[in-house]
Parts: sequence; C-alpha cells; structure tokens
Amino acid sequence: MASEHLDYKVLAALKEVMEGEYLLLLDTFLEDSAARLAHLRQAREAQDLGQAAHSFKGSSSNMGAWQLAQLCQELEERAFHGPLQGIEDLVNRIDSEFATVRGLFEDERQRAAS
Amino acid sequence: MANAERPALSVLIADDNMTDRMLLAGIVRRQGHHVLQAGNGQEAVKVFELMRPQLVLLDAMMPVMDGFEAARQIKAIAGDELVPIIFLTSLAEEEALVRCVEAGGDDFLAKPYNHVVLGAKITAMERVRRLQATVLEQRDLLARHHGHLLNEQRVAKAVFDQVAHSGCLSAANIRYLQSPYALFNGDLLLAAYTPSGDMHVMLGDFTGHGLPAAVGAMPLAEVFYGMAAKGYGLGETLREMNAKLKRILPVDMFCCATLLNVSARRRVLEVWNGGMPDGYLQPLAGQRLLLPSRHLPLGILQRPAFDATLETFAFNPGDRVFLLSDGVIDTANADDQLFGTQRLQSVFDHNKDPRRLFEDIREALSDFRGESRDDVSMVQIEATAPGSLPASGLIFSDSGQLTPMDWSVCFEFRGQTLRRYNPLPFLLQLLLEVQGLRDQSGALYTVLTELYSNALEHGVLGLDSALKKDGEGFTRYYALRQQRLEALEQGLVSVGLEIQPLPEGGGRLCIRVSDSGSGFDVAAKARGGDNAYAGRGIRLIRELSRHAEWADDGRSARVEFTWASQA
Repeated sequence: MASEHLDYKVLAALKEVMEGEYLLLLDTFLEDSAARLAHLRQAREAQDLGQAAHSFKGSSSNMGAWQLAQLCQELEERAFHGPLQGIEDLVNRIDSEFATVRGLFEDERQRAAS
Repeated sequence: MANAERPALSVLIADDNMTDRMLLAGIVRRQGHHVLQAGNGQEAVKVFELMRPQLVLLDAMMPVMDGFEAARQIKAIAGDELVPIIFLTSLAEEEALVRCVEAGGDDFLAKPYNHVVLGAKITAMERVRRLQATVLEQRDLLARHHGHLLNEQRVAKAVFDQVAHSGCLSAANIRYLQSPYALFNGDLLLAAYTPSGDMHVMLGDFTGHGLPAAVGAMPLAEVFYGMAAKGYGLGETLREMNAKLKRILPVDMFCCATLLNVSARRRVLEVWNGGMPDGYLQPLAGQRLLLPSRHLPLGILQRPAFDATLETFAFNPGDRVFLLSDGVIDTANADDQLFGTQRLQSVFDHNKDPRRLFEDIREALSDFRGESRDDVSMVQIEATAPGSLPASGLIFSDSGQLTPMDWSVCFEFRGQTLRRYNPLPFLLQLLLEVQGLRDQSGALYTVLTELYSNALEHGVLGLDSALKKDGEGFTRYYALRQQRLEALEQGLVSVGLEIQPLPEGGGRLCIRVSDSGSGFDVAAKARGGDNAYAGRGIRLIRELSRHAEWADDGRSARVEFTWASQA
C-alpha cells in the first residue's frame, strides 16, 4: 500500500504506537499542516519562511509523507541559502502535494474509524 | 516497558510542532515513562522548575524561547544533578549541532522519529544519569563522613579540655604559642603548680596524627595534673607517665616530651628531655645552655630500664627557659627549605632585649614561612621571685565529718628508702585527712618539703648549702647530692606527726623531723645573708608555721600548725 505520497508502513507503526490516540494524531497533523500552509503563504521574511518549512518538514517526515517532506526541505534550503527567485512556485507545489496527502489521510481516517 | 532495570522516568517534551510532540509523547509513554509537555522554550523551563523531570527532549527551533536558551537555563537550575537533554532536530549543519552541545545538549534525535533508537537513547541517558547520581551520593556520603570526623575531633577536644584544661598556662611568667587543634597533631602542652608553689611544665609530641595521637594525651594529662596537685616530684610523675603509656599504647606509639620543674623558691630548674628538640636555658647574664634529649621518649622502656634522672640548673629571676616542638624546626618555606636549628640559634644570638625573645622567634618563623601551621608549639617560662602559694588543686569528695582529731604517728625512713622514695606526697595525703589543715595544704607541703630536704641533704648526706653560692658550686652541689644519695647505705630521717584537738575548738599539728647527721648551727644559718641559699629554708619555715624550733644541734626540728574551729 506504499505510495510516493504516503508510506503506509509508517502509518501502521504509528497506529501501533499511538493506540487509541491514532485518529487524534491524524486530525492534529491535518489541522497543524493547514495552519502551517497558511503561514507559508503569509511569510514575508525568508527566515520566517525557512523556519515554517523546517517545522512542516519534521512533521511530514514523521507521518510518512515523504514527498511532502522532500518539498519542504527544498523550500527550507532555498529560504535560508537562496535563490529566492521562483520560490512561490515551490510553495504552490507544496500546496498541491498537501491536497493529495490530505485526501489519502482522510481515507485512512475513515478506515481506522470504522 | 518499565521494569526493575528500566524504572519509569518523568520525561519533558518541548516542541512547538503539535504533531511531532504528540507522536513523541506516544512513543515515550509506550516505553513506560511519564510525559510532561511544553510548546516552547519558556514553557519548558517553567515546567522543569515545577516538576523536575529526569530527562528533557527539546526541539531546537521554537518560538518565544528556542531550545538552546531553554537548555542553558534548565542546566543551570539542575545544578549538580545531571538532567540529560536530548535535542530533537533534523538540523544537518555541523554548526547547529555544535550549538546544541554548547548549550548543554547530551544527545540528538533526528526526525522522523525512530522509536527503537529513541528507546536506546533514553536507556543510555538514564545510565549516565544514575552514574552521576551515584557519584553525587558518594560525594555527599564523604562529606558526611568528614563532618562526623570533625565532630568527633570537636567532642574529643571538648572532653580533653575538661580533663587537661590549660592548667596554669595563663601564669604571668609563661608565654606560649599553640594551635587550638595542636592536640590532633599530637602536640601537648601542660603546666601545673605543685602544693609548694613549684611549677611543672610538659611539652609533648605524640607519634601520629588525628584522634590516635590525641587519645594518649588524656591519660597523660590526668597523671600530670593529679600527681602535681598531690605534690609528687617530677621524677615520680615521669615514671608513672612512662609506665601508663607503655601499658596502654600500641608499640608503634610513644610520646616525645620535655618536662620541667621550675622552683622559684629554691631558684632551681629541673629538666628531663626524652626525644624532643633541644630546649634552651637563657640566663639573664651568661652563656645560653642547651637542654638536649638524654632519654628515650615516654612509653617505650619497661619500668626498670626507664631513667627519670633530672638535670638541675640554677634558675634566678629573669632567666628564661624555652621549649619547642619539631614543627618549629621543620617549618618549611615556599622553597621547601627548613627553618632549622641554625636560624633559631641566630635569633637567640641577635636578640637584644631578653623580654622580646619569644616575639623575636615568633616573628622570625612567620617571616620565614609566610603562613601559619598548626603543628608549631613553643613555650617560654621566665624565672620569677617566689610569690604566694597556690590554692590547693585537690578536690575532696568527703564532707570532713569524719576528721580524725587525736592521733600521732612516727616514721623512720632509712638508707635504701631515702635513696629511692619520696615520702612527702604520702605524708601530705595523711595530713589532709584532717579537714582543718586543708586550707593550709600549700604551707604545710612547703614546710614538710623544707624540713625533709634539710634533714636529708644537710643532715644525712652532709651537704653544705654554702656550696650553692654560684652557678658552678650549684652544679657541684647537685652532682654531689646525686653521688652521695646513690652510695647511701646508712642514716635515717624520722618524721613524727601529732594531731590534738584544742580545748577552745580547732586543733594543733606538731611535726617533728630529726636526722642522723652531724647537726648545724641554726642561729648562724638563720642570720645568713639574703644572697645565699643557706638559711632561706629556715626563715621560710618560720614564716609559714605558727611556731618552729630546733634542738639537738640542729638535728631535730619541731614545727607547729594550728587551726580554728570549723563552722
């Protein structure tokens, strides 16, 4: 069930570790990530942008969203070390990747809740 | 899971990222630990202060206060206790890792989290934490033991101060320098008056340090003070001390000591030095004399082999005797040079004002070493004119109700006894059974001593006190005394004591002392000039007693004491 968007082996491990709090973890990640995306769009300073990307990268990797984590790392590196040109395009790609991941997580949520 | 080898810890997790914090909390909880959470560095410091968790997991990048600052503050609050901090980071740059370590971080955990790695790290950190806790525990244990030791020394010193007090070290003619804790270096300084007003002084140095060195001092001090108060001579005190130490000390322990008897009345200094550095006798006018060690220390020889022979010197007002411990000579300066005997003697040589001799030596020592040591003991005694007799140092346990009031007794001390035995303490003890005489014990003892030594030295031994007119004659007199005493086969001194109650209350003591000598001209002696030794004793006896008379050409003396009725 692995995909380049979401690693289901990671999810299986999380389910085992979190037990009854697994659903809460998924909800928290989705809410947290939505807030972080908004932050990425509003960021005016490169430093601010880089830190938000760093944090988003951490949680994405923990949740097995490898592609999303990869894009966040690129954004973090560009924010701190440049070039900043065309960086909005990267934010858009993150936005789009998150939309895909969100769909997969919502399916996972349904399965886990039933 | 938590078990005996892996006890549950309280773990603080600080991360502004809710997802990561929740996940990490889940992992840590699964491993059996308690979790505390904080959303930024400032919260983390607050929670740490309040809850004192044993392990801290800190995200490096957090709003409000970052992980580096939080780590510094937490380490400062923890103090001696080791609280391991693991930084949560995906920081790849070396520079950032260095900052983590500088802020007090003990390890790192990278995202994404791996619960096996995290478990291993928590276990490893717990091991280090417990090692540190053990080290702290042992440090505190050591500190407690050290405290116990100091307390033992304090108690021992308090007990010792009761047993040994400082005797008459505060007398005006004594100067001394001694650390309050010299006892624990084995140094011992004692001084006491005898009933006749002589002064006994002891400077001793036990082998070893600490309590073992102090332990032997207590019985020694008891013997010293007890025997001085009862009027025993220095020789008898020495024999008793030696026998006692020999009996109670282990073989590798002994006590180097110099003992002095200072008699202002007889103008005599008697010295016994066993194993101490040379003492010094500095006459007011004349050559400085060494008082070297001529014996083994106390506590080594068995009773028959022990030699308590004293050396006798003239000791006139203004003369000084100076004793010191080896700490003085062995005082080292910053370059590890020793103060040494030569420097000490040169202080003597350069001294201009004999009254400042003690200060000169003290200053020379402190100039030399620059800092004080606690194993330096020195004492200086100045000869003075005879003063008033000291109050009795004896404590009586009886009420005096059973005072014997009508009796007489007569002793004859013959050849062999005269050679070895001093009957005076025994006679004094006997007389002090009579309560009315206790107030006069000093005068009584002085008169008894005077009568007995007149009878022995001038009567039985036929010594002429005119010999003692100068220092040379003085030495000859005491050499002759020793020589004739050792050769003594015949001769006797008889002492009669008679106690009678008086009709108007109180009572009367009559002392009769006669000897087998050839007698002397009492009237001529008593007229003798003030500068001579001769005759001084007779005048003293007349002063101290109620009545004194001589008969049979001076061979027989009769002296009376009386006392009023006691309330």
